[in-house]
Amino acid sequence: MFKKALLAAAVCGLISAPAFAADSVKIGFITTLTTGAAVIGNDMKNAVDLAMEHIDSKMGDLDVEMIFEDDGFKPEIGKQKTDKLVKSDDVDFVAGFIWSHVLLASRKSALDAGKFLISSNAGPSQIAGKLCHENFFSTSWQNDQTPMAMGEVLNRNGVKNLYIMAPNYAAGKNMSAGVERTFNGTIVGKDLTKWGKDAQLDFSAELAKVKSSGAEALFVFYPGKAGGAFIKQYQQSGLSETTKLYTVFTVDAISLPKLQAGKLEGVLGSLATQFWSPDLDNAQNKKFVSSFKEKYGTYPSFYAAQSYDTVFLIKSAVEAVNGDLSNMDGMRAAMEKADYPSVRGPYSYGKNHFPIQNFYLREAVVDADGNWTTKIVDTIYENHQDTYVSECPL
Amino acid sequence: MDGALVVVQLLNGIQLGVLLFLVAAGLTLVFGIMDFVNLAHGALYMIGAFICASLTLALDSFLIAIALALPATFIVGYLIERVFICHLYHRDHLDQVLATFGLILVFDTLVHMLWGPAGISYPLPNWMNGQVNLFGFVDFPLYRLLIIFSGITVAIGLYFVIVRTKTGMLIRAGASNRTMISALGVNINQLFRYVFATGAMLAGFAGMIIAPITEASIGMGSDILLIAFVVIIIGGIGSIRGALIASLIVGLIDTMGRSFLDDLMKLFVSNQAAETSAPALSAMLVYILMAAILFFRPQGLFPPKTR
Repeated sequence: MFKKALLAAAVCGLISAPAFAADSVKIGFITTLTTGAAVIGNDMKNAVDLAMEHIDSKMGDLDVEMIFEDDGFKPEIGKQKTDKLVKSDDVDFVAGFIWSHVLLASRKSALDAGKFLISSNAGPSQIAGKLCHENFFSTSWQNDQTPMAMGEVLNRNGVKNLYIMAPNYAAGKNMSAGVERTFNGTIVGKDLTKWGKDAQLDFSAELAKVKSSGAEALFVFYPGKAGGAFIKQYQQSGLSETTKLYTVFTVDAISLPKLQAGKLEGVLGSLATQFWSPDLDNAQNKKFVSSFKEKYGTYPSFYAAQSYDTVFLIKSAVEAVNGDLSNMDGMRAAMEKADYPSVRGPYSYGKNHFPIQNFYLREAVVDADGNWTTKIVDTIYENHQDTYVSECPL
Repeated sequence: MDGALVVVQLLNGIQLGVLLFLVAAGLTLVFGIMDFVNLAHGALYMIGAFICASLTLALDSFLIAIALALPATFIVGYLIERVFICHLYHRDHLDQVLATFGLILVFDTLVHMLWGPAGISYPLPNWMNGQVNLFGFVDFPLYRLLIIFSGITVAIGLYFVIVRTKTGMLIRAGASNRTMISALGVNINQLFRYVFATGAMLAGFAGMIIAPITEASIGMGSDILLIAFVVIIIGGIGSIRGALIASLIVGLIDTMGRSFLDDLMKLFVSNQAAETSAPALSAMLVYILMAAILFFRPQGLFPPKTR
């Protein structure tokens, strides 16, 4: 008798429990938190944490749950983590992705599950072109755009011959293709070096080839720890007198503090192209850079800027549908407008959901407090769209 | 392609070989003489680099930092042997692999805790940063030349100690028959402890001298360890001479492969194909050589005359 009463009470308790509507937005953020590339991942995580503080961890009336996952710099692990986020955590948005090859491996898992996939860094040409998808958005750029701007700079500076060095993976090939597309002179040599967790860090053989080729300019793309190693060896090889250095994604707020600590002054004055720089003059960027410096003590990198924008892009989508996360079409339409305060200033999206934005020429300089940073010296492209959008069947 | 480039690449290859020798020498001694598979050798390479990096930044002098970091790494090696390794000599190789693999993870995390994930970049004194003119037509970085000289000096020093001194004779005898040597009243355990610590010091020295070029970073030990094992397999386990010859061969193949393979391939296949496959192929060459050695001469090129 007593047991029956207990059972009845339990059943009543269950029935009277309120039916739960979705009262939180779940975002899965995949980045590299281990291996030597963790410096980049940590910068992105710091930016996302800062953004969460600025929005009070709320989007509209919903609480935001941010789940960070580590891809260990490997495509297969990135894919596993994406599967975990969409299947067991049931996130609403999958974001992050530093590396193009990790994004390419993970995209199917996220998109086939009907989730929004937002890249906060990687911009492989395949996803801008043939593999474009209505649920994919980028808050960064398409890989080829930044080196295309650099090719334009080389033409303006009257450079006649160029040597290219980049790591041998999807993004390295995109960077190389980008500069080759716009550069008018001759490419006297190209080296794609071994990449991955045990990337090649000693470029003695390749730098000797650069010297022997007599090229007047050297274009490189070496993100993460390879960047610092490369710049050191470039200086040690004595090439700075004969071959000027033009970089993309190599000299940034992550490598500059280390280069400054190592007193590698050869990097000051070097030129790079990018869609953003810490000194870009708009309200959102000023707030972002100053609060980042205050909280973490260093300048934010472009990885951080893109991650910060990701949070605000998602926020604009959630607020546009008043928290009704099942309204995918509504959220998509809102994101397509890019109607949120971005640190790069206002921009728009192409049909492949890659930004149409400006690209600037940046120089490595010493700021008023004696810290090494980058400063915008010229605008190269205005409202530039990537070249792969024509291949996108959307 | 001209003569100057070939000479420079040969020197680059020798420099890489010399660096590999410093790491492989300690590894082959420990494996050959003490029959101990030490995966944590790469961790000692990394620790040497980090200790030297901190000392250079603190004392503002690279040479003093090396002079202090060498005995520091020797002590670290000695302590590791005393606390972990000496209990594992009698176990089989798998247990040794598992234990030293665990040590790698512990050291990686320890370095992460002490120095952060970013790695350290430190400068060389200005006089080491320049170029030197060799044979009248080749410009080569002075620092890399110094690496070659220090490696050759270490090789000569090792040869002298192992072949011409009593300690060296005891080590070789202990490798031949450990029980007999202790029966003769020699403290073989203490001797092996010093061998291990010296191997650690050599690996640390390699880390210290390469880090100004490639930065001290957390994964660096694992990268070099794999190649070091390939070197000792090619050279013959337990043989210092084999380690020297094999590391020079590996260094030269790797460097010449990276330098000239794509040009060579362009003679046979299209530019596009050559550019994408050459880096992958040149990375494979070393392992292909190892496979060939294991097939045709599994004891290595210069196996030691022990046992």
